[in-house]
Amino acid sequence: MAGSVLLTNIEVPGIRDFAVYRAHGGYQAVEKALRSMTPSDVSAEVTRSGLRGRGGAGFPTGLKWSFLDKRSDKPRYLVCNADESEPGTFKDRYLMQHLPHRLIEGLIISAYALGAGTCYIYIRGEFKYLVGILEKAINETHRNGFLGSDILGSGFSLNIFVHPGAGAYICGEETALLESLEGKRGNPRIKPPFPAFRGLYGCPTVVNNVETLAAVGPIISMGGDAYARIGKGRSTGTKLISACGNINKPGVYEIEMGLPVEEFIYGDRYCGGIRNGKYLKAVIPGGSSVPILPADLILSTAKGEPRLMTYESLAEGDFATGSMLGSGGFIVFDEDACIVRNTWNLTRFYRHESCGQCSPCREGTAWMEKILYRIEHGGGTLKDIDLLVRIARNIEGNTICPLGDAAAWPVASAIRHFRQEFEEHVTDPGKCRNQRTN
Amino acid sequence: MEGTHKISHPQFVREGKQFSFSAATMLKVRQLIARYPQGRQKSALLPVLHIAQEESGGSLTVDIMDYVADLLGLQPIEVYETATFYSMFYLEKTGKYVIEVCRTGPCSIVGGDQIRQYLREVLEIGPGETTPDGLFTLREVECLGSCGTGPVMQVNTRFFENLTPRRVDQILEELREYANKNNPDDIRWQDQFC
Repeated sequence: MAGSVLLTNIEVPGIRDFAVYRAHGGYQAVEKALRSMTPSDVSAEVTRSGLRGRGGAGFPTGLKWSFLDKRSDKPRYLVCNADESEPGTFKDRYLMQHLPHRLIEGLIISAYALGAGTCYIYIRGEFKYLVGILEKAINETHRNGFLGSDILGSGFSLNIFVHPGAGAYICGEETALLESLEGKRGNPRIKPPFPAFRGLYGCPTVVNNVETLAAVGPIISMGGDAYARIGKGRSTGTKLISACGNINKPGVYEIEMGLPVEEFIYGDRYCGGIRNGKYLKAVIPGGSSVPILPADLILSTAKGEPRLMTYESLAEGDFATGSMLGSGGFIVFDEDACIVRNTWNLTRFYRHESCGQCSPCREGTAWMEKILYRIEHGGGTLKDIDLLVRIARNIEGNTICPLGDAAAWPVASAIRHFRQEFEEHVTDPGKCRNQRTN
Repeated sequence: MEGTHKISHPQFVREGKQFSFSAATMLKVRQLIARYPQGRQKSALLPVLHIAQEESGGSLTVDIMDYVADLLGLQPIEVYETATFYSMFYLEKTGKYVIEVCRTGPCSIVGGDQIRQYLREVLEIGPGETTPDGLFTLREVECLGSCGTGPVMQVNTRFFENLTPRRVDQILEELREYANKNNPDDIRWQDQFC
């Protein structure tokens, strides 16, 4: 099933061009939706497919769509979240670079289902080279009558615009993204009201991730039930996993949900094992924000069952012994990796990216970074380790948006599973080969 | 914007130079504004600031931000507060080539730290500084979304991936050559990737 849903035909030369994409069955899903289905038929298929948000939260997409305020007479908006900035995650970039029309096809069908006449693709500013690719694809689609007014004589009209951000991880949070799209600082909004009621310009808005929206075309083509048969349990369909770190074959892989983690790491079709024949030490399976797991707990659950690439299996054991599928940013560490150093590094990331609105996150991330720097550079105390745990606990759940949690979890989980390594950095500085190398 | 309060701040550069877009750019800017509903032209702020920064040679002075405020019918403070939030807007003068090298975890564990150190050494500057010849500004930035092809750096808008010290040497050499030729096409390196 690998590569057979979202990334179908990615290997076809010129698939970025409308004509080639069309010749390989492209935009047939749009024809099917607009000619033979009502908007609520489309939503029903998406609900039946079991599709869940691929940006990291895993919230059921059909349910999110159903929240849209139907009584409002204001215009509705569809916003595509292409602000891919979670460390370890580069799947949306890959999809947009190689298969821009897969995304546009999904946007048209989704906007039709939602009754949105305008769609903005909010893309991170650093991906400027993708803006040209996307705009070219949008223009071609327009010229071929699949965008603009009265698409295929259905009476449905849609325009898609690409909107670049300017460097801010926080804008991947949906309400910060909307603020940014309105030209403001990316400070997340207090929820409720949710964007479904008061989103862009105060209008009903749905914000979905690139991969989520790209999956809508294939779902309409094959039908929601067929899509739901792929995968395992409530983790239906396929997922793009971007694998990086100390592995032989870093890259983006489309996997059927339910693939054993062990096969993903060691299988030749995927990561191809650990680089230089080293041992696996730890994995952050869903982007830098999710808990890190040591080798034994990523390969099998605490109950001894094989760990699978699903939302449920990766979360098995909750945070005590589990983690999350998150965005699918799969970061692999070999035996030489220093967990303290990596935790300090990621905490510096969150400190830098905190928008500064909420004190627990603004102050807490800075304190954690300072303490981790101290430990990593040989000036820490054993009490510092408990202090870190306390700070992390006080950030978690006490902020407007999930960036606070995202900053707290990596620290808490690293200490939970690798406490001894933190202690050694305090009691025996220099023992770790990676310590104090700037 | 008669009578509006315009700030002075040590971080901000006010050159007192008149800034304005060319007719061709203005056309582009008008098209950008038209993408958003009537009265929501503030939405065009980020895209317009990107254009302004490019046109002005790489950074945003107070004069430019005031001009953009006028153009979009905003208070200057609205432009300042947005411009200061985002890491891609440079409020200080930059070199011709801004090198942004990733310092985040996934790059770090595949040699990113060594590349950062190497760039500091060969350019003989620290992060945030510009070489005396005005050619390179070095910035150490957070995740660029190239974790599978790290270490990575971005020069203006172009990505350079799978870096080694040797590759860095080649890239810097190439950039110096481009700069000498004064080839207008190379400046922004748009729509190119490797």
